[in-house]
Amino acid sequence: MSETEAAQDRACKISARNFSFFYGEHCALRDINLEIKRNQLLTIMGPSGSGKTTFLRSLNRLGDLIPGTRHEGSLEIDGTDVYSPGVDVADLRRRVGMVFALPVALPMSIFNNVAHGPRMQGIRHSKKLEKIVEKALRDAILWDEVKDRLSDHASRLSGGQLQRLSIARVLALEPEIVLLDEPTSGLDPISTLKIEELLWELVDRYTIVLVTHNPLQGARIDSETAFLLMGELVETGSAYDIFTRPKDKRTEDYVSGKFG
Amino acid sequence: MHNKETLIQWLLATVALSAIAVLALIIIFIFKEGSPVIARLGLAKFITGTKWSPTRGMFGILPMILGSVWVTLGALLIGVPMGLATAIFLAEMAPPGASRILKFAIQLLAGIPSVVFGFIGLVILVPFIRQWIGGPGFSVLAAAIVLGIMILPTIVSVCYDVFKAVPEAYREGMLALGATRWQTIKMVVLPAAKSGIIAAVILGMGRAIGETMAVIMVAGNATKIPVSPLEPVRTLTSNIALEMGYAIGEHREALFATGIVLFIIIALLNTLARIVARSEKV
Repeated sequence: MSETEAAQDRACKISARNFSFFYGEHCALRDINLEIKRNQLLTIMGPSGSGKTTFLRSLNRLGDLIPGTRHEGSLEIDGTDVYSPGVDVADLRRRVGMVFALPVALPMSIFNNVAHGPRMQGIRHSKKLEKIVEKALRDAILWDEVKDRLSDHASRLSGGQLQRLSIARVLALEPEIVLLDEPTSGLDPISTLKIEELLWELVDRYTIVLVTHNPLQGARIDSETAFLLMGELVETGSAYDIFTRPKDKRTEDYVSGKFG
Repeated sequence: MHNKETLIQWLLATVALSAIAVLALIIIFIFKEGSPVIARLGLAKFITGTKWSPTRGMFGILPMILGSVWVTLGALLIGVPMGLATAIFLAEMAPPGASRILKFAIQLLAGIPSVVFGFIGLVILVPFIRQWIGGPGFSVLAAAIVLGIMILPTIVSVCYDVFKAVPEAYREGMLALGATRWQTIKMVVLPAAKSGIIAAVILGMGRAIGETMAVIMVAGNATKIPVSPLEPVRTLTSNIALEMGYAIGEHREALFATGIVLFIIIALLNTLARIVARSEKV
């Protein structure tokens, strides 16, 4: 690794500069300036409709799927704008994995749910696939619960297991960035805790962006935190700062539960 | 209030039962009219006989059974891939505006009377086949092409609805894994829609095997077993429609017996398709 690369390595992974995103006339994100470092866990908090999900969906360009959307400013990963014309969107989405609020079981077995992504990349060797699947399921702390029934249909898993399966599916692609869009909103407290703990184990290897509408979750995870409100980035800082000495009145109101 | 409820319930039940009663009457009638001749000739001789010559008292309908089978299979071979491709394009790829216009056009296709399809086949397709491909033009091929186009609206609209019913979360989940549009369709949308696609094929098959007018006009209607797609052919439905006007006595009974065979074939196909559709569901 050359020196400049090493320098870039320590520098930011994701950087938004004056980034705005529009659905038709509606401005969902306004002039966002945000830097996320490599191997950082960033929690984006904010009430519904604040633009959190739009931000995630801009990063892997799932937002493009809706007709009539456009953006302004730049949104870079490793210094390359994700919207520049040379970007291979499918490749971008492999590098930027996403876990959705509602866990999705693709209509196939547990094994195939995880093996699917690597297979699409052209990995056919069954021993190799088995290894990848086991590693991804172990990383997602699901292996012990499903190792004896990998050929079961994935829809038989519980909600919490299914969400960890979704995480395993993303990890199997060895992405650089993992985006989680309110991954625990449909889960019970124990499953929620499992996933929150999992995040801290994964952050050594991935850059993670978590979105939550729940300030309590933001406090529990205790990471770098950004607060979004009505498309505007109000404040960023460590969870400690945001929760104990917020600079902005709106942040204070939100973390103290006055709205949200 | 309660009386009104009961009244409506009885009314609806009566209407529903009378629909079923009509079906039962039709079945009883064709069996009553057709079974004596089958009993006299023997079932095996009737359905495996290769000579149909009413004036000489020969009633073998194997050519017509095979005719219906070839023509229907041919129609499916043409209509299913085309219909499926159209539905995939409309539901998954076309911009919403274009999709709406194309869907409307295909629904118009369903409104064209079958005699018009037959007429176009007669004046364009039959001469084309005669001149460029060979044979007399009136053929299995001509009938299959005309029927293939006629079943398109059924297959497209059923498949379209089935694709639209596949949860958006499957597509997003796949795309987020770095799948291309086509990989998403191939690996998630089509498998999830499989039983619906089979239902579309059954409906198309039902339409193809039952269609009479358009087939009579382009198939040539010869009562011999076709050995090539370019030879003329007569289907079971054509057999009944062509001769019903002047048939009397045993000949008339034999036409009803043709109806029995048609009825049984359709019932078997439907049952088979249902079994397939059920076993495909995970």
